[in-house]
Amino acid sequence: MQLTVWTYEGPPHVGAMRIATAMEGVHYVLHAPQGDTYADLLFTMIERRGKRPPVTYTTFQARDLGKDTAALFQTAVRDAVDRFAPQALLVGASCTAELIQDDPAGLASALRLPIPVIALELPSYQRKENWGAAETFYQLVRAMCSGAPAGTVATPPAKAGAQSRDGGNEVLSAPTSTFANGPRPSPGGSRPVRKKANIVGPTALGFRHRDDVVEITRLLETLGIGINVVAPLGATPADLARLPDADFNISLYPEIADTACRWLERTYGQKTVRTVPIGHGATRDFIAEVAALAGVDPAAALDTSRLPWWSRSVDSTYLTGKRVFIFGDATHAVAAARVARDEFGFEVVGLGCYNREFAREIRTAALVYGLEPLITDDYLAVEEAIARLQPELVLGTQMERHIAKRLRIPCAVISAPVHVQDFPARYSPQMGFEGANVLFDTWVHPLVMGLEEHLLTMFRDDFEFSDHAGASHLGHGASPILPREPGEGDREHSANGGGGATAVVSPSASPLHHSAEEAERSPSPADAGEEQEGWSPEAERELLKIPFFVRGKARRNTERYATEHGIAAITLDTLYDAKAHYAR
Amino acid sequence: MSPAIPLPREVASDCAPPARAPILRERGQREVFCGLTGIIWLHRKVQDAFFLVVGSRTCAHLLQSAAGVMVFAEPRFATAIIEERDLAGMADCTAELDRVVDRLLARRPDIKLLFLVGSCPSEVIKLDLSRAAQRLSAKHGASTRVLNYSGSGIETTFTEGEDACLATLVPELAATSPDAAPELLIVGALPDVVEDQFLRLFAQLGIAQVRSFPARRAAAMPPVGPNTRFLLAQPFLGDTARALEDRGAIRLDALFPFGAEGTSNWLHAAAVAFGIDEMHFRSVIAPGRERAKRAIAHARDRLAGKRIFFLPDSQLEVPLARFLAQELGMVPLEVGTPYLHRAHLAQELALLPADTVISEGQDVDRQLDRVRAARPDLTVCGLGLANPLEAEGLTTKWAIELVFSPIHGFDQAGDLADLFARPLRRRDVLRV
Repeated sequence: MQLTVWTYEGPPHVGAMRIATAMEGVHYVLHAPQGDTYADLLFTMIERRGKRPPVTYTTFQARDLGKDTAALFQTAVRDAVDRFAPQALLVGASCTAELIQDDPAGLASALRLPIPVIALELPSYQRKENWGAAETFYQLVRAMCSGAPAGTVATPPAKAGAQSRDGGNEVLSAPTSTFANGPRPSPGGSRPVRKKANIVGPTALGFRHRDDVVEITRLLETLGIGINVVAPLGATPADLARLPDADFNISLYPEIADTACRWLERTYGQKTVRTVPIGHGATRDFIAEVAALAGVDPAAALDTSRLPWWSRSVDSTYLTGKRVFIFGDATHAVAAARVARDEFGFEVVGLGCYNREFAREIRTAALVYGLEPLITDDYLAVEEAIARLQPELVLGTQMERHIAKRLRIPCAVISAPVHVQDFPARYSPQMGFEGANVLFDTWVHPLVMGLEEHLLTMFRDDFEFSDHAGASHLGHGASPILPREPGEGDREHSANGGGGATAVVSPSASPLHHSAEEAERSPSPADAGEEQEGWSPEAERELLKIPFFVRGKARRNTERYATEHGIAAITLDTLYDAKAHYAR
Repeated sequence: MSPAIPLPREVASDCAPPARAPILRERGQREVFCGLTGIIWLHRKVQDAFFLVVGSRTCAHLLQSAAGVMVFAEPRFATAIIEERDLAGMADCTAELDRVVDRLLARRPDIKLLFLVGSCPSEVIKLDLSRAAQRLSAKHGASTRVLNYSGSGIETTFTEGEDACLATLVPELAATSPDAAPELLIVGALPDVVEDQFLRLFAQLGIAQVRSFPARRAAAMPPVGPNTRFLLAQPFLGDTARALEDRGAIRLDALFPFGAEGTSNWLHAAAVAFGIDEMHFRSVIAPGRERAKRAIAHARDRLAGKRIFFLPDSQLEVPLARFLAQELGMVPLEVGTPYLHRAHLAQELALLPADTVISEGQDVDRQLDRVRAARPDLTVCGLGLANPLEAEGLTTKWAIELVFSPIHGFDQAGDLADLFARPLRRRDVLRV
């Protein structure tokens, strides 16, 4: 058992819901107990959809157990098909139904439905949301491309025999793709054949998926490349059957698209574009990769974002070497690290992801920055790492936003899971050139705010640097960097967003996990075995004169300097010696 | 100020219940929360209790979705997520649970009461949490009492989680001494502000000993015995009421304290039971009652004659429909409830218009067909349905807010009315 307060990912059937909800003409019958319908509100509230997710739950109760849950499931399937008339049906079990061992595949098969039925096997006690989404999409693609006839139930490959490559192609009316030979000379030397690509991976409840698709579609159109199918977002099962018509695939979100793209590669020989176009440089690389595959001139699309100039302008000089901690899904974290170092001039001091399936990608990237990657789905480990590293900026999920607020470190959100404010009304892609503009504004904003806040505080309190003055953007409460009185136990964490009936503070609750203070006091690996005497009152007072957003770094540097030089008591001189030592 | 306050006793005894169509019972897909959700407000009420759900990732995800931003305020709840290796064998599961609890209590020594909360997965694999609670109580009993209840979706719907939690606490309560004077117990977790208002009113009425259940701290839970008279503050406490009655306590039948009439009737039931003088009763409640009527007057202008449809959610639907019909002139078309406790709601049901459909249980698609056919002015429903119905042009009020907001008593009557008036007002002001 794993003690959990917060999870980065939901169960795998929520991933399946993200696919079903993204598509048109798909319905998902989920064998699940009463209560599992809570997941609907992720789509209707967080993503603010105006339609119910196309999911029917059997909502069995205790009195149903042991007698007719199977019949209940079949009734739910029949009713859902009658009412919603989908082109294809997904059936599967949630965590509890997995335990009662009704067989959705067999039960659905017995109904001889007039549409293809795809049975999902999503192991709830091993896997999570992203895996569930990837698997569901893969199963759907496989079933639709193989021309799953009505009334049959497609089951996972472990049970059914692998589809032969030719068998898959036979059912297609479309011509075989010819990308391998480069641009095909068209007869008579007139216009070349327009190449077509699939955009694969965007789902419901995806972080900025809606606008990323718009941005990438625009890019491809500029290059003169046709869009064959965008999937799963907005696609129908019939659209999935047309996936093999494209010349190549663009794996926009590997967490969701990779399994399906690999299968399309194997089965139809379609190549996959794997560069994720987040950031100015990555977008240029993406264009180059796409243009090479399509045999077109990339020049037309090498429009530029404003990021390079914004980053070069003198106003950005103070961004140089800012220490940034990055955490999220692997794809967004790896992309953010490149942008942070190469396009903002930051120093990447921490890099990690919560989805173990993509640990290899994070490890490879971490090598580039000379870091030990943090691969964990325990937010307490992330909090510990952030408190230890004292970065000047955190890029993460909504959880890192709250951790950073608690530690009074500026923060921007780069990855799911996110809350309602990160499904904005305005156009705000992460990908492509407009995405790079968005990244610049989003990441710099909290830093500018930090500087502004410092100046305001300085003038308001006239060199007193009162830390009890509320910090408007960065949360409230005493700075964790400050020494604490032993009796000072109750620190209020103001809940973000204020309004809402559920926003409360629990002032008397003492932390379940290591607080920042504990992390601060516990010796870092470098200090191990070394006795830390601590700060003289005079040095402590001087530390408080340093603006709060660099104070953590100053404290850390001073302590490291003291340790390295065997200094037991940190005096005013130690503080300034360390400052000189680390001067850049 | 009207000199005579009509008292509900007349309503209850003199009028024959209106002839009513049989209750519509439906079975099908239910769009409701499970009982685990009760943890979100229960942990705020009992300040030294911790709720450890033994369940799956889905349970943790539900709590985090329902708790919203609260997850980051060091909440006193968590989930022990069952993993593949726990499913392999039961003995292992027991050891794992002990390990998780040991770790939790070591880090949170301030916890005096620990609830092991059963979920669908733990119930289906028949993990014996009551044995685990006994075992862990024996181990940690000096500092922490360990109890268990089930908040699983297969057994409980939304607010029934509170019922299950309180019912498991009842046998643990101390016994009152047999010769003690009668005491009054308010049963059901209320926001502190509301609880304080009620305690002040009962003190003014002259009822000497009034306590709340649950109390704000584990050590302050009230005693119970044959001299206990209790008032249910919430309509979803069937098992808790039965457990209290098993210990000899006597339930005072009343309307639920919503609006001026409901609150008057509820207070009156206690006044009668404790032999409070009628004139004294009227003079004590008159200021609050008048304030309540004034506060709901402006909402009445907006809501009178408007047709309302309740989808099942919390069991608060029947008393709220009564309040809206009786005090605000709304027309309830259908009042859906996940579970209907006929005895506890008898007075409420008698006050609803005879042609109001009462439905118990749900087949959500069929019920939505009825909503669309009726096109009510206001539909009370969960967050999974609210935006989709708005997109169809139907005005909605999301139901969960009614559980989280202070709505009981005289001084919240205006706020309660406004919760229903606001969506309609918004519909009228928007020009987009």
